[in-house]
Amino acid sequence: MLAYTLRRLWQFIPTLGGVVLLVFFVFNFVGGDPAYLLAGKFPNPDTIANIRKQLGVDEPYVVQLWIFVKQILTGDFGASWSTNERVSTIFATRLGPSLTVLVPLLLISTLLAMAAAMLVAYVRGSLTDRTVMVACTVAQSVSILVYILVFQYLFAYQLGWFPVQGWGVSLMDNLLRYAVLAIVVGVAVSLAPDIRLYRTFFLDEINQDYVRTARAKGLSEARVMWVHVLRNAGIPIVTNILLQLPGLLAGAFLIERFFGIPGIGREVILAVERSDFPIIKAVTVYVAIATMIVNLLADLLYKAIDPRVQLK
Amino acid sequence: MKESSVWALAWKRFRRDRLGLGSLVVVVAYVALMLAVAIGWAARDWDREAGVSFAPPTFIGAEAAQAQSVKTLEAAQPVSDYGIADPLGPDLAEIAKGLSGASAGETRAPTLALGADKWGRAVLKKAVKGTETSLFVGLAAAALATFLGTLFGAQAGYRGGKVDDFFNWLYSVLTSIPYLLLVLAVAAVVNQKGVLTVILILGLTGWTGIFRLVRAEYMKHKVREYVLAADAIGASNTRRMYVHILPNVSHVVLVQLSLHVVLFIKSEVILTFLGFGVGVDTVSWGSMLAEAGTELLLGKWWQLTAATVFMALLVTAFSLFTDAMRDALDPRLK
Repeated sequence: MLAYTLRRLWQFIPTLGGVVLLVFFVFNFVGGDPAYLLAGKFPNPDTIANIRKQLGVDEPYVVQLWIFVKQILTGDFGASWSTNERVSTIFATRLGPSLTVLVPLLLISTLLAMAAAMLVAYVRGSLTDRTVMVACTVAQSVSILVYILVFQYLFAYQLGWFPVQGWGVSLMDNLLRYAVLAIVVGVAVSLAPDIRLYRTFFLDEINQDYVRTARAKGLSEARVMWVHVLRNAGIPIVTNILLQLPGLLAGAFLIERFFGIPGIGREVILAVERSDFPIIKAVTVYVAIATMIVNLLADLLYKAIDPRVQLK
Repeated sequence: MKESSVWALAWKRFRRDRLGLGSLVVVVAYVALMLAVAIGWAARDWDREAGVSFAPPTFIGAEAAQAQSVKTLEAAQPVSDYGIADPLGPDLAEIAKGLSGASAGETRAPTLALGADKWGRAVLKKAVKGTETSLFVGLAAAALATFLGTLFGAQAGYRGGKVDDFFNWLYSVLTSIPYLLLVLAVAAVVNQKGVLTVILILGLTGWTGIFRLVRAEYMKHKVREYVLAADAIGASNTRRMYVHILPNVSHVVLVQLSLHVVLFIKSEVILTFLGFGVGVDTVSWGSMLAEAGTELLLGKWWQLTAATVFMALLVTAFSLFTDAMRDALDPRLK
């Protein structure tokens, strides 16, 4: 296990190197000179040269790459181009709101999806199963944008059950007032794909020999499903949630943007709109690192839950 | 006895699936609509301001809408000017008269089939034009991603060794960045709107899933007897890869192509909604949804509904078609 972990950590280095090269390439060659972006509408050569010097883009590429690597290693990406806030401060303050929405969202949607998936897997092939599957396909085909627009209009604007937008100071206030509708939308969007996926996990288990054995020795259907099948189908489900986590952190930007939640996702989208490269660079690199670590954790967890799994 | 080909067998199985067949009809209809728009048979004048601003759908009727617009006009009047006459009042009235006179030249319809947007453009035509944009982007990006994924997957899986290591490295680099974040980062840097840009962004970043599957298939197939036989009769590596093996893994490729069309249509809609997608000179479902947000607050729900229904119908049909195709091509699965 230790040897495996060390080997995986060792493999991080080329992948991370690749991410650094990719980000560096994209931002230096595809995008053109950032000095022109920053200099405004009527740039003069002096301003351009000045900005280039400040950003370090007049240095040779090797030096620039080294600056970038140093930024990653020290965690100091400098300041945002548009607000001059430290990038590290931005992340530290935006993580809380993101988690306030994400943690309840994941818990609720996972529990609901697991229950529904188990139910339809149990009655597989029946009319209920087929209806739920088609309903999921339809629900999945409606853009997340429509969910957000309609839910916000209906529940916040028309019915006034929730604030349309906003964010408070205390955690309880945020959790019980501002985050509720965002969580509801998130659950509504993730339910359909989750049910479809988890259903296949349950189907894989339901046909196994141990289920037949459990039934043969006279266990109740409830016990077979809730204890035997659930515990085995739970393994890929847990892994799947873990793997989604880093993507969700940055990927909840639509929800965060519409509900005015000052989280990481909204910061990303603001940065993209303002061409605020330091923030985008930092997010990309850190989320990549988080993804790699979470992948490793998922594999180790898999091994811990299911001793049959061979890590290689 | 006549032997049926794999494809004939698959088609036979597919035909039995009524849901799949129905969705195929819908998909074909959408593609036909896309071609019709591209040729110029339909929705050529989508940006003509044919109706009055926010003309409601015909089935609701103009009357209700007019009452509503009068109400909003009244609400828009300032409370009172504290008894002072508006110094610009007469001038403004004259300008307004001139404006309405100019637009009265071409009579504007009070209602349109599916209503009109803020500028009086027909929502139906916009949705049809949006179908062309969104479906074309989805198909082209999926074709590009599938091409790259198959090419790289074939090389990596067949050749193994250093080539495999390289593509696996590229794969792990690209997949360690969440997909939408990667797309947004590239969109931010490219900073250039347009259909081609969106296709390139989606296609160049979205091939990883296909690569993984095709690579696994090639690894499985390259040691099979028919490939060894091809080697024995002197077929080159390239010939073995693309003439012998490719037809045998093409069912995987086809299903993935179809899956990615759906994925990319959804991504395009989000990208355009955020303002990084197709430009302002054209219309996609994403730009319709972007307008719909503020329209909804005014109670003009028809553009949102039209874009949603057009998109949901296509995406649902495409997803069901993909499921049916997978079942037909790979009967062992279920």
